[in-house]
This record gives sequence, C-alpha cells and structure tokens, in this order.
Amino acid sequence: MSRLVFSGISKNFGAIQALSDVSLSIEPGEVLGLMGDNGAGKSTLAKIIAGNFRPSTGDISIDGKSVVFHKPIDAQREGVEMVYQDLALADNLSAASNVFLGREPLRRFGPIRYIDYKRMNTVSADLFKQLKSETRPRQLVRRMSGGQRQAVAIARTLLSEPKIVMMDEPTAAISVRQVAEVLDLIRRLRDRGISVILISHRMPDIFSVSDKIAVLRRGRLVCRKPVGASSPEEVTGLITGAIDAA
Amino acid sequence: MTTLDDIINNSQHDSWFARLKNLQVFWVFIAAVLACLALSLMTDAFTSDRNLFNVARNFAFVAVIAIGMTAVIASGGIDLSVGSSVVLSAMVISVAMAGGMGFWLSAGLALGAALLVGLLNGILIAYAGMPAFVVTLGSLSAARSLAMVLSDNKMIWEFGPDHGLLLWIGGGSTLGLPHPLYVLCVLAVVMSLVFRWTRWGQHLFAIGGNENAAVLAGIPVRRLKVSIYMFSAMTAGLAGILMAGWLGSVTTNLGQGMELTVIAAAVIGGANLAGGEGNALGAVVGALLIEVIRNSLILLGISTFWQGMFIGTFIIVAVAFDRFRNMRR
Repeated sequence: MSRLVFSGISKNFGAIQALSDVSLSIEPGEVLGLMGDNGAGKSTLAKIIAGNFRPSTGDISIDGKSVVFHKPIDAQREGVEMVYQDLALADNLSAASNVFLGREPLRRFGPIRYIDYKRMNTVSADLFKQLKSETRPRQLVRRMSGGQRQAVAIARTLLSEPKIVMMDEPTAAISVRQVAEVLDLIRRLRDRGISVILISHRMPDIFSVSDKIAVLRRGRLVCRKPVGASSPEEVTGLITGAIDAA
Repeated sequence: MTTLDDIINNSQHDSWFARLKNLQVFWVFIAAVLACLALSLMTDAFTSDRNLFNVARNFAFVAVIAIGMTAVIASGGIDLSVGSSVVLSAMVISVAMAGGMGFWLSAGLALGAALLVGLLNGILIAYAGMPAFVVTLGSLSAARSLAMVLSDNKMIWEFGPDHGLLLWIGGGSTLGLPHPLYVLCVLAVVMSLVFRWTRWGQHLFAIGGNENAAVLAGIPVRRLKVSIYMFSAMTAGLAGILMAGWLGSVTTNLGQGMELTVIAAAVIGGANLAGGEGNALGAVVGALLIEVIRNSLILLGISTFWQGMFIGTFIIVAVAFDRFRNMRR
C-alpha cells in the first residue's frame, strides 16, 4: 500500500490555476524528488500536504485512509512533518530546546511544573546520534554550521515519529561539504522507512538521493518515473518545456 | 566510542570560570563592586547605614520594573509606557485610599489599572500587529494623562484609614532592610526560575530569537505576547504602589522619564534589544550600577548634571562590550 496518494489534485486561487489534476504516489522508505521552475506549483503542492491549503478538488490519502487537512496541526497528527526552507530555528536557544520547541516535556514538583531539560538533552542526543550528526544538544544554534542546523530541523521532525517528511530546498545556501551531510541525513530518514519529499532546484542532489522524480510545469505533472529511467538533461528539458512530457 | 552521556556532557565551555567570564552580568557586577569599593575609600558617607539603606531602597524600584522590561526586551519588544503605568497605579491606589478604601482592595485596583494598560498594549501589538514602540509610546502619553484626570492634577498625601500600612509597606523596613528590597528579591528569584524552567520563559526567548519559528512550532505567540506586556505593566504597577508608600505623597510627575532608566538597567544587565537575550539577575545588577553611579556623584559632590553622561556611557560601553565578545567568537 502506498504511503501517500494524491489523486486528481487541483488548486486554484481565483482565476489562477496553481495545480491541475496532479496524481502522484509515494511508498514508505522512498525519496521523491519534486522539481519544477519557480511558479510551477511545487510550493502549492507542499503547502497542500502540510495542511496550509486545501485542494480545490481531488483526494489525499495516507496509508489508504482518506485525509482532509484544515490546519497544519491536522497534517502533523497524520504524521506529516515539514522542514522549512529557512529552517525555522531560534538561534538564541540550544539544539535540544529547538528540537523540543513548543512540546517541551514537563516534570512535576508538587504543584509546580518545570521543563525537563535532562530528558530533552538525552532524547535529542539520541536523535543526533541516529542521524550520525556531530551536533551537541547544549550547543547554541547560533554557533552551528548549515549542516548541523539541518540536523536540528530534521531531528525536530523525528520527535513525532513521522510517516512523511517534506523538505523545501534543504541544500540551498550551504557549503558543498554540508550538502553531503544533509543528503546523508535524508538517506537515514529513508532507511527508517520514512517517505521523504525533497523539493530542490539542485539537480545533482535530487539525482543522488531520490528513488523517484516528479516534475511540475505550470501546475501540471509532466513526469513521474524512477530516477534510473531519467537523466538530468531530460529533467531540464521537462522543467523548461523543451520536452513536453515523459 | 563516545557514549550518549559523553555527548550530552560535552558542553561548550571548559570551566565554570570561562562560563562566568562570558556573562555580561558578571562584568557589570564587577563594575558595580569596584565602584562601591572606590566610593567607600573616597568617602565615609557611602558605607554609612543610612546611605546603604537609601541605595538599596532606591534601586529596588527601578530593578523591579527592569525585570518586567527584560521579559519584554527578550521577547523582541519594548515597553515605553512603564513610567506612566507607575504613576497611574500610584494614583489609583492613593485616590482609592483617600476615598476611604482599605489598602488591599486599593492595591488590587491599582494593579488592575496597570494590568489594563499592559493588556491594551499587548492586544494592539500582538493582534493588531502594530509596532511595540509606537503602541507603548501612545500609552505612555495616555496613562499619564489618565492619572492627571483621576487626581485633578493635585498632590495626594492622605491615604485614609490604612495610611500607616501603605507607608510601612513602601517606606518601612524589617530586619534593617527596606521592604521594596524584599519584593525585589522575591521577584528576581522567581523570575530567574521562570525564565529558565517554564514553557512561558522558554517560549518568550524563542519569540525573541525567531518569531516565525515560534509560530511554526505551534506556540500561541499572540497570547504569550499579551501576557508579557501585562507582566511588564504589573511590575510597573507594583513599583507604583511601593513608591506611593515610600514618598508618602503622590504627584502626577511620579515616574516621569523612568522608562529610560529602566531600559538602561535592562540593557546594561545583558538584555539584547534585538530580542532573545536577557536575564532577571542582570536587570537587578544593571539597576544597582545605575543607582551606585547616581549616589556616588552626589556623595562626591559632582554636579548631578553629569549623571546622564555616566549612565549613557555605561549603556554604550555595555553594548559595545557585548558586540566585541560576539565578534571574537
């Protein structure tokens, strides 16, 4: 059974047709590379999965169950986590505080409830270890490299045992060595059976980690195939419109 | 093979002293201690019981509000209305008590008036999305004017049946220490714990660090902001009640310009106006330093006109120091 299935998703904002009749599926432990030019509908699709928008028509199902998201929290409850492009981390807090931001574990001392830092540090150290990242729980995010920040953002999603993790341009604006680090993080997610949707402009990244690629052009899905059956040249042609569909 | 515990214990700093050295509050504290030492050598008057008592009491008012201001600044905001909340609160309690009401009920009304100012600030800033600077500039003007309306701009020095109690609470002492200092100590300890160990404190710093991240993490940012401005107003209201008792009379120019001293104390104590940093202890030490400077100028016979010069220099030095430290990292 597919992890996530879109069938006939369309979305229009007034007269603007952002997505038309997109059907797509992704399996557990699969990385889907989602590509397209600016304005092709990638972000709209991402926001529909994350529960920011509702599709005008069409169905979404997760593990065979039809779902309707009204708010981002609904999507999170169904196991969809989003890693935002700007990472959405508070620089002034520690790695562990960022991982647990908004869901800090509390301990009781009589009538007083206080944050359980020990548990936060232990759990996040464990998550960083699983991700094989050298991030330390007590380190301030301000002093971290781009790759470590990604690790924090990804560890944050793992906290809720997600089924689907969506990443919007995770390799934009970081150094080459850190890109390799981030791609490794994506592989670890995949190895845990999590489905990853990777939105990126960077062709080499998509081709090195994805199992499947999908290309959007002007709101239409013009290609959906295993990565081995395609090539960067073909994808470039599909994105620009030089190749009509594949 | 590194174990999990190794990773956790592998902290950034190598020793407690290195950690201490990195705290602005440590250096400000050293500066305050040095100033005190120098003063006690230069003049006998400084270490006299009477003078120390006065210093302890005077700085407590500013320090109490500076703790509230620290919360606001750490969340990335600013509250210019605290001086006016002080006079509004002081005026409400004195008018109510002069009208025959008891102390506790009047104090409740005074705090309520201050909290209303905070509530209004918070709602306009969090829900209407208006800049904190402008909103609180408006309430600075409005709240003081309200205090004038309330008192008909007259001085009030008779506080009805509980007159003695009010004067004792604001101006009295227990075990040789002025009462405002007790209030300050309790507030400082409680808020130090709250800032570090509660979700409210943690989320406040998250908002100051990256408001967008806080929203995406599902933190109720708007509600939290309202509570932060209400907390700041509450500290101002509390200071207003204590000041009314200390002075024994209330006029409408009470607390005028106090917001600047309070902001200075918070900033000297390590609050970052860009948000995300600040601590209660720092606010207290910052307020202490300002009061020691003020006191020393008087004792050394230097014209008080120089006071602003010294405080201004300290603000700039404190911020420059912070800059320099961050550059080295």
